[in-house]
Amino acid sequence: MYDIKALYEAKSVKDAVRLLVEHPEALVIAGGSDVLIKIREGKLAGRELVSIYGIDEMRGVSYEADGSIRIGSLTSFSHITNDPIIQKHIRVLGEAVDMVGGPQIRNIGTIGGNTCNGVTSADSASTLHAWDAVVEITGPEGVRQIPIEKFYIRAGVVDLHQGEVQTAIIIPKPAYEGYFGHYIKYAMRNAMDIATLGCSVNVKLSEDKTVIQDVRIAYGVAGPVPLRAVSAEKEAKGKPVCEKTVKDFAQAILEDIRPRDSWRASKAFRQHIAVVLAERALRESIRLAGGECDEQTV
Amino acid sequence: MYAGKNVTRVDAYDKVLGRTKYTDDLCDKGAYVVRILHSSIAHGKVVSIDTSRAEKIPGVVRIFTCFDVKEKHYFPTAGHPWSTDAAHQDVADRLVLTEDVRFYGDDIGAVVAEDEVAASQAIEAIRVEYEEYPFVLDVQEAMKDGAPQIHKNYPNNILKHTSIRQGNYEEAVKEPGLIKVEGWYETPVVQHCHLENFICYAQMEGDRINIVSSTQIPHIVRRVVGQALGISWGKIRVVKPYIGGGFGNKQDVLYEPLCAWLCMQLGGHLVKIDIPREDTFVSNRVRHSIRSHIISWVRPDGTYAARKLEAFSDQGAYASHGHSIAAKGAGAFPQLYPCENVEVDAYTVFTNKSVAGAMRGYGIPQTMWAVEGHTEEVAARLGMDPVEFRRRNLMPVGYVDHFSKNELYDDSFNQCLDKAMAAMDYKRKYREYQNQTGDIRRGIGVSVFWYNTAVWPISLETSSCRMVLNPDGSLQVQLGETEIGQGADTAFAQMTADVLGVPLESVHVISCQDTDVTPFGTGAYASRQTYTAGFSIRQTGLLLKERILEYAHGLTRMPSYNLDIVDGNIVRTTDGRILMTLGELAAEALYSLNNSQHLTAESTAQIKSNAYSFGCTIAEVEVDIPMCKVKLLDLVNVHDAGNLINPALAAAQVHGGMSMGIGFGLSEQLMFDEKTGRALNNNLLDYKLSTCMDHPRLNALFVENPEPTSSFGTKGLGEPPACSVAPAIRNAVYQATGVFVNKAPVNPHNLFARFKEEGLL
Repeated sequence: MYDIKALYEAKSVKDAVRLLVEHPEALVIAGGSDVLIKIREGKLAGRELVSIYGIDEMRGVSYEADGSIRIGSLTSFSHITNDPIIQKHIRVLGEAVDMVGGPQIRNIGTIGGNTCNGVTSADSASTLHAWDAVVEITGPEGVRQIPIEKFYIRAGVVDLHQGEVQTAIIIPKPAYEGYFGHYIKYAMRNAMDIATLGCSVNVKLSEDKTVIQDVRIAYGVAGPVPLRAVSAEKEAKGKPVCEKTVKDFAQAILEDIRPRDSWRASKAFRQHIAVVLAERALRESIRLAGGECDEQTV
Repeated sequence: MYAGKNVTRVDAYDKVLGRTKYTDDLCDKGAYVVRILHSSIAHGKVVSIDTSRAEKIPGVVRIFTCFDVKEKHYFPTAGHPWSTDAAHQDVADRLVLTEDVRFYGDDIGAVVAEDEVAASQAIEAIRVEYEEYPFVLDVQEAMKDGAPQIHKNYPNNILKHTSIRQGNYEEAVKEPGLIKVEGWYETPVVQHCHLENFICYAQMEGDRINIVSSTQIPHIVRRVVGQALGISWGKIRVVKPYIGGGFGNKQDVLYEPLCAWLCMQLGGHLVKIDIPREDTFVSNRVRHSIRSHIISWVRPDGTYAARKLEAFSDQGAYASHGHSIAAKGAGAFPQLYPCENVEVDAYTVFTNKSVAGAMRGYGIPQTMWAVEGHTEEVAARLGMDPVEFRRRNLMPVGYVDHFSKNELYDDSFNQCLDKAMAAMDYKRKYREYQNQTGDIRRGIGVSVFWYNTAVWPISLETSSCRMVLNPDGSLQVQLGETEIGQGADTAFAQMTADVLGVPLESVHVISCQDTDVTPFGTGAYASRQTYTAGFSIRQTGLLLKERILEYAHGLTRMPSYNLDIVDGNIVRTTDGRILMTLGELAAEALYSLNNSQHLTAESTAQIKSNAYSFGCTIAEVEVDIPMCKVKLLDLVNVHDAGNLINPALAAAQVHGGMSMGIGFGLSEQLMFDEKTGRALNNNLLDYKLSTCMDHPRLNALFVENPEPTSSFGTKGLGEPPACSVAPAIRNAVYQATGVFVNKAPVNPHNLFARFKEEGLL
């Protein structure tokens, strides 16, 4: 039994915006796999809810006119994993969200919910950061788009104003074309867990596969919100594909990450693992991009 | 014969179809619900509780606080048989609600409401004022002079200290040329995590109180509720329906006394207590965390000159099962690897933590973690093969324990080791995995375990059985031994069918225990259901058979000694002719105009024996050193549990225990905040119960040496599967990395610390 004051079911995005304006205290609920838990814990007990779960226009993956990939915010994790557009261009996102919880959670949980709750450990978030995702928000004043890094304000708080709903996540064409990536979720068990650390890396190699033209890396749980390791990216950009580049890149992330000590894991442990993940995720990304970086080729 | 066959569980279809009724399914929806008010300090006294705001919340029926408990009936909670000798009774240190707070999560009040939302809101609205005392969380800190005292009459918080002395340790260690191996070993606080949280409900009928509870021990619950309420035991009726697991947590009287007390305060209205998962972790029972210190003095030839164990068992805040756990482990130490000169000291010590009680293995998983880890270190120091070193020192065939009179009749250890090694291709892998380098390495590790079935001669062993013949020749069987998911009812049906000579489908085991009608029995614990019930099933079955054949004599005029029951027929043994079916006889017996008889039998078997149940585990792991992670590649358990009544169910039982051992070895641990004493991870996300994705294929194998003391050749298999898995994993990690991890679990945090210390990172 859940302590819910009232539940309003939105029929469309417009209707959802109207309901949220009419009920300024209300929270948005989609799949409910986060909100219901918080209600049960008492943190969100006794609140009004606006359910957007029935809004089918917010579901599915498609191309925009300019070739960008549009993921409706209500698209479930399991649909993202199995979507052909995702599999073709950003396979790593499908792999990342396939590591959320267990099968039931992945069927009910949505990528919008995963990002709107603003937690650093969300399995989609580090990959979306690493692919320069753009968040589409619809509100009483219309539609606005912001980079995902701006969307996250602080732990648990995202840039959604009164009456606004996140309606889509967009991966611009220049952000995915020619890139190959890998995500490693570091958790204490192989299912039903949140990440102790998540690391998503992707690369674009030169045509002859010997130079890293571009590399992007983002972490979950390395700070209060997901973050990009910009020093490391700068370090490796333009460098030859080799073990030394990988090692230097991995060490450089220590300048960017800000993990903390908690009973869940010590700072020293997270720093150590973060370096190992950077190394392994970059190596795998290079391999996916068709590069080779064994010592011999240096 | 049905014993030894993989017959389908008697409850399989009902469980799969969702027809089995559990406590909550049976409770009337008009029940008042309860939320318990738990203390938010670890040690102190409740000064006042302000319920004024909470009482105004719609749906709140009444709020009770510790100050409403006027008659103070202290009661014990351990699911042990009662002792009529006061010296052997469990410590009575609980009240239904207490003003003396001894751990963070103690029961200081209860909200009774019409629904859960109102109850939860009321809990939030209650304000409590405490007088706070210093608290202590560490077992050895708690023993120091000047540590906070948790209970009166237990100086240095020591609930009990027992010693074993064999030979002369002090003299023996002077032998020249001995090698000393010393280590400290520690196991964490873990919880049972049964699927169904504890739940019970109570309602009065006349001047009696009916309780339905998810328990392993209905007859013990009846006694303890009587003690807790100060009412006579016959006024209490306890019903145990199907339960969703217990693993020892429900071998404790949990909240039945509070539920009954609340019900009585409310004029007998139906009251239900359904414990949330978070409270299950903190305010039910947990496994004792045990810190062990072992010193071995070994000769270079691989024999022991002297051995010493000190064990510090963390009891938490109340006595519950108390020292029995540490004592069982301590008792195993001199037996598993017998040595002439042994010293054992076991301490059970109160701390301001969650209360420790019974949990699958009852001290043996903790002790095996220490002993089998230590054994590996001794073998390593001697440069001996770990299996050969064990074989040289393990309990020999013919060993007799003079206290329990247990005897090792067969070479169980060597037979189990042989079978496990063959199944795992151990020798080849052990050779292959020696001296590896690189980031990712493999290892294979062994652990044996000691276990004994049932509780004789420490406690009463008794089993009572009733059989009632139906007019169609089928029969009902009732036992005090309980089905808690392990498949006991199916084994009982198989044994009954064999004793009576009837088809299995003619045996209806009444799964539910109802203390008003079920014969007395103390319930499911100590891996004793099949062993113990076997005696009363055989005895009662033979009694009933005698009555049936006597009646058959009246009908057939054949001497009863020339008659038998075979496959549900009355058969003349001299020529094998079927004279009538048992159904024909039973119908005649009930409806006869000349000699109407209700054919039943009922008897009690008192059991004054106990049986060793030994075995081993071999684990194969892959360790990713930079990632500080262990991947379990393969796992085998081999058990000598005597004759198996149902091999498929026996294997299932072993699989469950292995799974529990995996969590214990690799990931589970309930953590407490040093600053407040609050449990930090009392939920199934933060408490890392292992999932099926963390399991390899579980291989359960058996050696079947019939147990001569047993009515069906069986011995315990409920707890043994959880006893040797964790140390086998730990020893495999050692082979892979050369690093001993003495603190369970072998999780990334502990590996990170150890790899740093050993220079691997």
